[in-house]
Amino acid sequence: MTHTLNESTLAELKEIVARYPQPRSALLPMLHLVQSVEGRVTSAGIQACADLLDISAAEVSGVATFYTMYKRRPVGDYHVGVCTNTLCAVMGGDEIFERLKDHLDVGNDETTPDDGVGKTVTLEHIECNAACDYAPVMTVNWEFMDNMTPQSATELVDDLREGKEVTSTRGPRVCTWREAERVLAGFPDDLADEGPAAGHATLVGLEIARENGWKAPAADRKDVQ
Amino acid sequence: MNSPTMHPWLTPVLSNDWDADKPWTLESYERSGGYDALKTALAMDSDAVIGLVKDSGLRGRGGAGFPTGMKWGFIPQSKDGEAAKPHYLVVNADESEPGTCKDIPLMMATPHTLVEGVIISSFAIRAGHAFIYVRGEVLHVVRRLQRAVQEAYLAGHLGKNIHGSGYDLELTVHAGAGAYICGEETALLDSLEGRRGQPRLRPPFPAVAGLYAAPTVINNVESIASIVPIVKNGAEWFASMGTDKSKGMTLYSLSGHVKRPGQYEAPLGITLRQLLQISGGMREGHELKFWTPGGSSTPILTAEHLDVPLDYEGVGAAGSMLGTKALQVFDETTCVVRAVLRWTEFYKHESCGKCTPCREGTWWLVQTLARLENGNGTEADLELLLDQCDNILGRAFCALGDGATSPITSSIQYFRDEYIAHFTAGECPFDHTASTVFATAGATA
Repeated sequence: MTHTLNESTLAELKEIVARYPQPRSALLPMLHLVQSVEGRVTSAGIQACADLLDISAAEVSGVATFYTMYKRRPVGDYHVGVCTNTLCAVMGGDEIFERLKDHLDVGNDETTPDDGVGKTVTLEHIECNAACDYAPVMTVNWEFMDNMTPQSATELVDDLREGKEVTSTRGPRVCTWREAERVLAGFPDDLADEGPAAGHATLVGLEIARENGWKAPAADRKDVQ
Repeated sequence: MNSPTMHPWLTPVLSNDWDADKPWTLESYERSGGYDALKTALAMDSDAVIGLVKDSGLRGRGGAGFPTGMKWGFIPQSKDGEAAKPHYLVVNADESEPGTCKDIPLMMATPHTLVEGVIISSFAIRAGHAFIYVRGEVLHVVRRLQRAVQEAYLAGHLGKNIHGSGYDLELTVHAGAGAYICGEETALLDSLEGRRGQPRLRPPFPAVAGLYAAPTVINNVESIASIVPIVKNGAEWFASMGTDKSKGMTLYSLSGHVKRPGQYEAPLGITLRQLLQISGGMREGHELKFWTPGGSSTPILTAEHLDVPLDYEGVGAAGSMLGTKALQVFDETTCVVRAVLRWTEFYKHESCGKCTPCREGTWWLVQTLARLENGNGTEADLELLLDQCDNILGRAFCALGDGATSPITSSIQYFRDEYIAHFTAGECPFDHTASTVFATAGATA
């Protein structure tokens, strides 16, 4: 017998539906919310989405299985991603991923066992995450961890498992995977002002332009108004 | 390295405020003239804004380089029939093309530039609801966008009767869920409609039947952000930068075995040699081997292409594509077969499964390439690979399949001997650790 989602979750799912001109557009954020509550995409979550959108559970499942971020097996407290697309892999992502598999004693898309004391970590190799100027790149709950090495990667996962506060190299203090999924569902967590505007690589061109006195041409507004 | 009479090599416009104090906030953005362009646009006629963008020569910054103003002009504007349907603007913020990393830093640092661009662009095409479809795997960028949109509503830049103009606009930030194919504009629309992200047959084009089968414009983040300085400074100003057919400034993303990877905003037409010159060149003691001009779907180039102007025409003439201007640079320690195999595995993973040439073809490409990479291939496998590519290119439903063949055919063109060296040696002849950043940095690996 599967359980059902509680009333407050159902109310929030309806809130998501109301954001869109047509209800079904809400499905992706609804599934993010299901994950934030259930820790994965559950049968109960699929049924709730189907009922609210008046589509079949099979249609919801078809969507849930298409996208990589939706998980059918429980995700740990922290989702740790290692980019192993070509550029990051070549720059050391492969070595980092191998080290972490060994260090955590898990394979790809597997979670460390819950010992009842520390936190659990799900390890996954991920595709290009649009941070190639910071290679090799990792993510924790989809927050950037830039310019990693096997050494810094093992320290990172140790800190996460021990429950120590971890801060993204280009973002805020790291929250849990479930909290992250809630933000992706469109319920902000008020951490937008934490973290820097940019990392060093983002600003390198700007710095060189400033050093050389290079600027875009001055505006000549004669064709506007 | 530059005399005062020379044109500046870098022209920070979109990136110019990235080093300001908390540039993501409305307060900071307005301090540097933020939302002034919106007021200018709202005082204009919608068609005049489209005309301005056409005059600027802005071409789409998401890879295809289609003229933005022309795309907007395809939206039917009469009051009846199809044109009477609501219009939509959808921003493609699903930045996922391997090597591409320009939109994410822009949205992280100055999300209001995008939001202001969205409002002006929506006003131009007479859209009442706009969406920013941002990939889900960039949590802090999602937060910054959510906050910027919230601030814009509170300031009256969004919502009903914006600044007394009578123009209404809703803007929704929508997080994706991990699928490279959703960067393809029609797959993005299906995804935004709550479906599996699979491309649609065209025609009809999105300008006629896009989101909810209504007229829709889909533009890349950088394209929409560029609208703001164009409205602020004028079409002539924008067109004074760049080359004859590739106007304006753009973000070049330098990554890989270079001294200073990062974002470089320059006029279109700068060369990789110039970018390397101003950024300190390759990492110490190493030399350039191959590079992509615009992500992994653009055929690789080599040191002989260092002086190719990085504009749409120049890179096209060199046998590749400007794409997203994602310059992934690899030195001589990198095994090109390994690099290409990894990209191919990516395309196989990300193939949406809709069409047979891509779904089956990318699977077979991986089989053949893996055999070659581990040294068990033969010369016949190279011909097989090229034959497989020939069966995918032009036969796949969308550009993903075509893109999958680019690194393979171009790498065989330039590095055939390296493929052969793998099976004559019976293994990969490269030491992969030599390519890592920690190999030379002395960090404990």
